[in-house]
Amino acid sequence: MTAHLTLNLLADVRQLLSYHFMLNALRAGTVVAVVSGAIGYFMVLRRQSFAGHTLAVVGFPGAAGAAWLGLAPSLGYFGFCLAAALLIAALPGGGRAAGGAGEESAAIGTLQGFALACGFLFVSLSQGFLSGLTSLLFGSITGITDNQVLVLLGSGLVSLLLLAVLGRPLLFASVDQDVARARGLRVRLLSAAFLLLLGVAVAGTSQVTGSLLVFALLVAPAATASRLTARPAVGLPLSIGIALLVTWLGEAIAFYSPYQIGFWVTSLAFAAFLLASGYQALADRRFRSDHRSQPAAAPLAEPVRR
Amino acid sequence: MNPLAGLVHLLALPFLQHALAAGTAIAALSGLVGYFVVLRGQVFAGDALSHVSYTGALAALAAGLDLRFGLFAATVGVGLLLGVLGGRAGSDDAVIGVVFAWVLGLGVFFLAYYTNSASGTNGAASASVLFGSILGITAGQALVAVLIAAGLLAVLGVLARPLLFASLDPRVAAARGVPVGWLGPVFLMLVGATAAEATQAIGALLLFGLLAAPPAAALRLTSRPWRALALSGGLAVLAVWLGLAAAYAWPRLPASFTIMTCSTAEYLVAIGWSVRHKLLPRDRLATR
Repeated sequence: MTAHLTLNLLADVRQLLSYHFMLNALRAGTVVAVVSGAIGYFMVLRRQSFAGHTLAVVGFPGAAGAAWLGLAPSLGYFGFCLAAALLIAALPGGGRAAGGAGEESAAIGTLQGFALACGFLFVSLSQGFLSGLTSLLFGSITGITDNQVLVLLGSGLVSLLLLAVLGRPLLFASVDQDVARARGLRVRLLSAAFLLLLGVAVAGTSQVTGSLLVFALLVAPAATASRLTARPAVGLPLSIGIALLVTWLGEAIAFYSPYQIGFWVTSLAFAAFLLASGYQALADRRFRSDHRSQPAAAPLAEPVRR
Repeated sequence: MNPLAGLVHLLALPFLQHALAAGTAIAALSGLVGYFVVLRGQVFAGDALSHVSYTGALAALAAGLDLRFGLFAATVGVGLLLGVLGGRAGSDDAVIGVVFAWVLGLGVFFLAYYTNSASGTNGAASASVLFGSILGITAGQALVAVLIAAGLLAVLGVLARPLLFASLDPRVAAARGVPVGWLGPVFLMLVGATAAEATQAIGALLLFGLLAAPPAAALRLTSRPWRALALSGGLAVLAVWLGLAAAYAWPRLPASFTIMTCSTAEYLVAIGWSVRHKLLPRDRLATR
């Protein structure tokens, strides 16, 4: 590669876009960022990070299995992620207790461990595939084909459309499940639909960022946005915006550096989260010094400490 | 071949002896610690710590240090961090997620750094950290693994009683003078050390085979805490033994996969047994 970073940013961007693989990476990254920013926002709101992470790593055995059988990797990603989403939705709590209590999260953990073990099996059965292993797990920006971009765009549009339909009742059910149920919402069905959406989103995203790092794009922009605002109407676009920024910047830096995209995207996302946390702490202190007579507002939902 | 003679033949192989010794110690530790992890609802934290061990190992490799040093330093450090942060209001599972996603990103960085500096067998080292290499353990490594597991089990033995009390009913435990405040961080450090220890055998990514599946099965089979604890440890050890035997019988299957499959199968059998005997999943009784 004869690309060099110069001081002229415009020329750099033009140089970046002159490579077809880079163009594809940016297209795919854009779709992936919008979808995972939006769906991740709901995931964080519903406290389903553990279920999200499990769905994310399940893509790895899917892709490894597809590679072993000589099928298209997209097929493996979508097949395995959707199957795992259905399994988690079939658990008694519908995956909502994830990270929370007892056997439910242990069952999800077992699913995750078993799926990863299957992935390892597939990789070792299709021998001599270690470089492939690294890019399956940690992603690469060079390998995205036109066809993959189209598949991503299709799945992205479908999941965003579904999210637009489900958004309002899902928000209601996420914030207050019991009241939503009392008002006649089918909470269980909504939860299953959301897990399927999450499955589609991570299956698409895995193909760009690799199975182990999808999760960063799902959780970090959403967590950052929810530090900055409690209003969903602001937080949702903010989460998408942060995901886009992180992905574009990460891809551009990865292009000019020897380190993988996964490292840059996660680091940028983590930096955004730290900045937002700092901002929140500062705003809290200012609020407290302004309203010294009043007790500080309690957080929306405080985790139970054991 | 008659099964007994086959077993004797199997136990005479040095690499299987090492794998059995290390695997048994690690499985007992993971199963027992895992019971408390599940009881306390900290499976996601265990997930995070298992991923952290990957980064720790690769950082140590990149710096040219002993792999174990990086493993334990990273997992115990992050365990302490999660334990301390977890006590504060406003930190939740999103924080755990953001932190470990980034730590994993750092792992990629160290992998690339290590790949660039040390030519040759780099990808293999990464794969063995991720997925373990229990059949490749040397006699010295097995001895160290057993000693470390024994030490951690001693720590767990001291903590077990107050920890069980604090996990089942934190408020009453605090009222009765159990130091709930530092028990949480100390326990997460122990989980971190367990993750580091288990990474050597079954790999960073497959930790849940021994940390989540055996306790989940045990909770299905009994509602008594001490019995469930012992059962969880026993089931984890059994999974390793069966897994090693299966890996030996079918050499094409990796040992990590067979161990994971055995523990998953144990959990499924336990579910079937509890459904057949109309037992309720006992964790609800235990934790709520």
